[in-house]
Amino acid sequence: MFNTASSAPVATPSSGARKARLTSNQRPKWLVPAVGVASIVVGAALSALVGFNVALWAVFAAVLFLVAATLAVSLVEGPRNGADSLVTYLVYTAFVLAVVPLISVIWTVLANGLPGLNANLLLTSMNGVTGATDNAAVAGEAPVLGGAYHAIVGTVSITFWATLMSVPIGLLTAIYLVEYSKGAWLGRSITFFVDVMTGIPSIVAGLFAAALFGLLFGPSTRFGFVAAVALTVLMIPTVVKNTEEMLKIVPNELREASYALGVRKWRTITKVVIPTAISGIASGVTLAIARVIGETAPLLVTAGFATSINWNSFSGWMTTLPTYIYYQILTPTSPTNPDPSLQRAWAAALILIVIVMLLNLIARLVARAFAPKTAGR
Amino acid sequence: MSKRIDVDNLNVYYGDFLAVEDVKMGIDARSVTAFIGPSGCGKSTFLRTLNRMHEVIPGARAEGQVLLDGEDLYGPGVDPVVVRSMIGMVFQRPNPFPTMSIRDNVLAGVKLNSKRISRGDADALVESSLQGANLWNEVKDRLDKPGSGLSGGQQQRLCIARAIAVKPDVILMDEPASALDPISTLAIEDLINELKQDYTVVIVTHNMQQASRISDRTAFFNIQGTGKPGKLIEYGPTSEIFSNPKQQQTEDYVSGRFG
Ligand SMILES: Nc1ncnc2c1ncn2[C@@H]1O[C@H](COP(=O)(O)OP(=O)(O)O)[C@@H](O)[C@H]1O
Ligand SMILES: [Mg+2]
Repeated sequence: MFNTASSAPVATPSSGARKARLTSNQRPKWLVPAVGVASIVVGAALSALVGFNVALWAVFAAVLFLVAATLAVSLVEGPRNGADSLVTYLVYTAFVLAVVPLISVIWTVLANGLPGLNANLLLTSMNGVTGATDNAAVAGEAPVLGGAYHAIVGTVSITFWATLMSVPIGLLTAIYLVEYSKGAWLGRSITFFVDVMTGIPSIVAGLFAAALFGLLFGPSTRFGFVAAVALTVLMIPTVVKNTEEMLKIVPNELREASYALGVRKWRTITKVVIPTAISGIASGVTLAIARVIGETAPLLVTAGFATSINWNSFSGWMTTLPTYIYYQILTPTSPTNPDPSLQRAWAAALILIVIVMLLNLIARLVARAFAPKTAGR
Repeated sequence: MSKRIDVDNLNVYYGDFLAVEDVKMGIDARSVTAFIGPSGCGKSTFLRTLNRMHEVIPGARAEGQVLLDGEDLYGPGVDPVVVRSMIGMVFQRPNPFPTMSIRDNVLAGVKLNSKRISRGDADALVESSLQGANLWNEVKDRLDKPGSGLSGGQQQRLCIARAIAVKPDVILMDEPASALDPISTLAIEDLINELKQDYTVVIVTHNMQQASRISDRTAFFNIQGTGKPGKLIEYGPTSEIFSNPKQQQTEDYVSGRFG
């Protein structure tokens, strides 16, 4: 229909003009992928000229693609769309740059850690494992013995105590700051000190806990709970900050609705404000746990180091996964044959990452379970 | 159930700023009283002092007397929480609790205060409150769905149901229909008309037709300029305020000559 109209001699010029203003040239679908393939090929050639390696190839291909795709799109669709695609591809590049290290870390840990991950590692400690055991393993006379069970126990129990102490303190502090302080000097100074605490180097927190228990129980008192105190010092500011943000975004209207029903303030806080914010609070707590679970320095000075299982956080030295990794790498069980120690260290690192990922998963489940119900018309 | 309110000599401040000056009025039981006036003249501020909700705002304070059937709300030893359970409030924007189902929203006043209530009593209270808010037929099949899934007008009626479930004597409403479409507004207006059988209703509205449709008495507030306090200019039967006002300012406002 339109064809006949436009081919007719009396085709209305005005409708043609209007059509030209509404639509402009569009790039064919294959253009950008084609430019992409071409950049990869040319990038490979260019990097071969300089001395081929994969990183150089990727950089060349990316730069070529950014320039060529922008040019091609602006030639076809005009400079505005050209700029648009430049920024789009820049954002994609930034995303790839951000993800590469993450994937690389996970890949390395999986590749090195999976071979050592076996029932032995998960269920036995280093008790009785000596240089001779490792030498025998390297000589092929025995499997690699010894494991990280005691370190998993240490990590779990120390983190448990740290969470048990820091969550109530952090939660109540945040509640005070958001619901009660009303900009009074106490609130402002707490905010200030929490900000300062956020920046405390972890070794300082460790030394603080060591010194505190040193005063109470004599010098070099070391057991799991001392480490938990050190981690608490590190966790509290994170919990406070996260919880504070979550409480602040609870709309004031909900508090007012509750007050207007004749509900007291603390009931309003516990039954309206916190339930509304609980999913955010839960993921904040998980992030705080994830932040401290990998700490090494403060644990070295507070919990000491052990090779056997210790479930008691209140007496005896304790090992956690990070300190276990640290010692396995730094002082291999068998100085002449460090490979079994290395293997155990990587496997322990894998376990640590898995624990953190599980924590994140749990936080998401908790968040979903508690999230305000919005759906369901 | 319904009680009257007498206000005398009431000044309301935000910090040092005098927002409402020297209000004196008597609000009859079982009637609808409308507050009208240009925005910023202190209608919401004054309304909040009637159930001490202004105390939730930092720096806000009131001086003077508000008598609920002769008892001073601001007398020594009066607990604002008890005041609010006797004088309920509905806000401009519908604000059902997002974590709660429709049923729990209606029961919020009971449940949040951890009062014991049997399952049967709770069911009866939910049904009677929702029926009182003209919402029962629309939600009776989905009481366990979240309240935030309702339309704006339904949410506002849910908030009214929540307020009457506490069995107050007075219900204050601050522009309850201003965020709603005309059909929902009509539903709310019909509801207010029914509510006055049992409750004293005070409503702030910027819609003069609404005030003339639903209220028995109307109070006109005005402000002389920014930074000046809002004052009660004229208070009387609605028909008189709209057809035969005594004050020039009132006449100018209701005839649309300013504001
Ligand atoms: N939270 C507050 N803090 C300080 N001043 C306020 C606050 N709320 C309202 N005001 C002031 O009080 C006056 C009356 O406001 P308001 O009662 O909201 O008027 P209306 O409801 O009639 O529009 C206005 O000048 C306003 O700026
Ligand atoms: Mg207002």
